[in-house]
Amino acid sequence: MKLYRAHVLVCGGAGCLSTGCKAVLDRFTDEIKAHNLEEEVHVVETGCIGTCDLGPVIVIYPEGIFYKEVTPDDVKEIVEEHLLKGRLVTRLLYERPVSGGQIPFYNEIDFFRKQKRIALRNVGMINPEVIEEYIARDGYIALGKVLTQYTPEQVIQVIKDSGLRGRGGAGFPTGLKWEFTMKAPGEEKYVVCNADEGDPGAFMDRSVLEGDPHSVIEAMAIAGYAVGASQGYVYVRAEYPLAVQRLENAIEKARAFGMLGKNILGTAFSFDLEIRVGAGAFVCGEETALLASLEGKRGEPRPKPPFPASQGLWGKPTLINNVETFANIPAIINQGADWFRQIGTKNSPGTKVFALAGKVNNTGLVEVPMGVTLREIIFELGGGIPNHKRFKAAQTGGPSGGCLTEKDLDQPIDYESLVAAGSMMGSGGLIVMDEDNCMVDVARFFLEFTQDESCGKCTPCRIGTKRMLEILIRITQGKGEEKDLELLEELAQTIKNTALCGLGQSAPNPVLSTIQNFRDEYLAHIRDKKCPAKVCRALLQYTISSELCRGCGICARECPEKAISGEPKEPYFINQEACIKCGVCIEKCPFDAISLI
Amino acid sequence: MTETCCRSFSEEQYRDLDKVIAQYQGKPGGLIPVLHQAQLIFGYLPKEIQIRVAEGLNVPLSEVYGVVTFYSFFSQQPRGKHTIGVCLGTACYVKGAADIVEALEEELEIKVGETTANGDFTLMVTRCVGACGLAPVLTVGEDVYGRLTADKIPEVLKHYQKTEA
Repeated sequence: MKLYRAHVLVCGGAGCLSTGCKAVLDRFTDEIKAHNLEEEVHVVETGCIGTCDLGPVIVIYPEGIFYKEVTPDDVKEIVEEHLLKGRLVTRLLYERPVSGGQIPFYNEIDFFRKQKRIALRNVGMINPEVIEEYIARDGYIALGKVLTQYTPEQVIQVIKDSGLRGRGGAGFPTGLKWEFTMKAPGEEKYVVCNADEGDPGAFMDRSVLEGDPHSVIEAMAIAGYAVGASQGYVYVRAEYPLAVQRLENAIEKARAFGMLGKNILGTAFSFDLEIRVGAGAFVCGEETALLASLEGKRGEPRPKPPFPASQGLWGKPTLINNVETFANIPAIINQGADWFRQIGTKNSPGTKVFALAGKVNNTGLVEVPMGVTLREIIFELGGGIPNHKRFKAAQTGGPSGGCLTEKDLDQPIDYESLVAAGSMMGSGGLIVMDEDNCMVDVARFFLEFTQDESCGKCTPCRIGTKRMLEILIRITQGKGEEKDLELLEELAQTIKNTALCGLGQSAPNPVLSTIQNFRDEYLAHIRDKKCPAKVCRALLQYTISSELCRGCGICARECPEKAISGEPKEPYFINQEACIKCGVCIEKCPFDAISLI
Repeated sequence: MTETCCRSFSEEQYRDLDKVIAQYQGKPGGLIPVLHQAQLIFGYLPKEIQIRVAEGLNVPLSEVYGVVTFYSFFSQQPRGKHTIGVCLGTACYVKGAADIVEALEEELEIKVGETTANGDFTLMVTRCVGACGLAPVLTVGEDVYGRLTADKIPEVLKHYQKTEA
C-alpha cells in the first residue's frame, strides 16, 4: 500500500455537496497534480464530517487541521501554504462563536472534542466508496470473528450483554429482538434495516448510509447469522438518492469481496441484501407499515401482536433494526459488551447521535455518550444560540416527541429521562428554538404533519388529529376559546389510548408538551389575542410610529391594498381593517418607522 | 373531463417499461420498484400506465391505484420540467421555510402543487431532506440550495430559466 505524507479529507456529505464541495475536490486534484504532489498527498472524499453549516469543510492529516467554508479559489493557497510550506491558512480556520479565537485542530474544536463516536466511527474519516478503507479500520473483522468463532446464541448473548437499545425511537433492547427472531419457528427468516428516516430534523441514518455503508452491511450479515436469515432488505426513503447510490455501490463491493452472497468468507453461511426505496410516506417508518410497503402494498400498519419477530415480512419471522442500531453492532462485537457498557448510563449504555439543527450556532451531527445534558449539547458542542437570543425550547422525537425547556437543560439525557420530561428520544433530531419561535405555531406545524401523513386506517388518528389541528389553527388565528385547551387535552388522551400504531398514539405529544410547558403562550393567543413571539400573523398589527415617521409616503404608495394614508410630512396611518399584513411597508420604510406589535 | 393520457408516449418508453416489468415479474414486492421506474420513464403515472403495470405484474388495477395514491412520490399529473421542493422539515420551518414557499408562490404565480403555465416549474413542499444544517433548504430536481432567504429566490430560479432560453 502506498504511503502518503499528507491526506486531505474533503467532506462529501449532503450539506457540503450543496455548498459546492465537488468543485473544491476537483480543484484539489488539479492543484496537487500541478504541484507534482500526487505521490505525496492523497485527496479523499469522505462522508459527512458533521459541521454542516460550515461547509464545504476539509481536514488535513497528519496534523488534523480543520478548514471551513473552503471555496475552489482557496485551494491553491492551501496547497502552496499548508501542503508545501507547512503554514496554516489562518483565514479559513474555525472561530469560536461566542468567546472568539481561532482553533486550528479538528479534535480541539468543542463540537468534535466532546463527541464519542461509535456509530459514526468511520463517517467523515473514510471514502465510503472504497471498501479497502473500511477494512483498514477493522471493517468486516467482526463478521469474520462471528462466523468462525461464535454460535448464533453467543452473538445474541454479546448483544444482550451490551445493553444496546434500538436507536430508532422506542429504545427496545436489541438483543431481545434478535433472540425473539432467532427462537421464532420457521425455516425462512428476514433481516430488515429501517432506513426510512422520516422524523423531520433527523439525518444521522442518512449520514451513516452515505458515509459508512459497510458498517450497516456488516451488521446485517451478523444479524442474519444470529437469527438464521439468508436474505436482508434495506428500506431507504426516496428523499435520500445519494444514500441509495452509495449503499448500492457498497453492496456490490461487498459481494465482490465475498462479504455478501454465497458462503461468506468461505464459511457455510450465505446472506445477501437488496435495497428497496420508499415512496414518500412517513408512516412507513413504523415497522409493520414498513413491512407492508416492502411487500409492495400501501404502507398501512397493523395491530401488534403478532410482532414482526414472529410474523413479519410475508408472514415470516423478521428482525427489524434501524441504521444507527446496526452501525453499533460491529464495534460491540469487536470491543466487547463490557466496553460498550462503560459508555453512557446504566439503563441506556452507549452513545446517541443527535442531529443538531434550528437556532444553534454549530449545526450538524454529534454523537455523545448517553447521559450528557442538553446544556452540554446545545451550549458546548452547539456553541449556543445565535444573535444573542434566548434559548426557549429544544424539540426532540420529531412529530412524536415534545419540547424540553430551560428547566430540563441540566437533566442527563437517556431514554427514560426524556420520557419523564414529556418528550422522547425518537431518532435523535434535536431542534433548538429561540424566543422568536411561537410554541402554538410549532404544535400546529407538527399536527399538520401528522394529519397529512396519517394513513387513514384508524379513526382516532385520521379524524382525531384533524379536529386537534382545526382547534390549533383557530387559536393561531385569534379565534380560540379557553375551553379549547381542555378539549385539546381530552382529544389528545383519547387518541393516545386508541390509535392503532405508534404514529397515531404519539401524534398528540407535541401539543400536550407545549401546553404543559407553555400554557401562558396559549393563553396569550386565546385571551389577549396576542402572539408573544410575533409569529402568528393574524394576531399581529402593523403600526407606524408617529415619532419616527417623516411622512414621505413611500409606504402608502407601495401598499398593495391602499391601506395606508396620510398627509405629506405628517405621520401616516394604517387602516387595520384593510391591512393584509404582507409586510411590504416595513421593508420599504426608509426610517424604520413601521413595526409589528 | 379531459384525460391526461392523450399526451402520447413513445414506443421506446413502453419498451423500457416492459423491460422493467419483466425484471420484477413473479418477484414478491415488485410493485413499488416498478412504479418508481415507470415514473422515471414517463414522468408521471397516468391511468394507462397503471393499467399496463397491473396487467404486466398480474396484480389488480385497484391495488396499483391504491399504491399510487397512497405514496406522495407518485404523481398522476404531469409535472413541469423542474420540480421545486421546499423542505418543510422542522429545522427549515423554524428558520422560515414558510416565507420561502410564499416567495416562490409569488415569483412563479402558482400555488403549491401546481405547475407554471409554460410547464417549466412544478412547486411542491417536501418532507425533511436531511440537510438541516443548511436550513431553510429547497431542492430543484437533485440540486440542493441551502441557507435561503426570500430575496435569494429569483437568483435560484434564474439558473433554470437561463437554460431554457
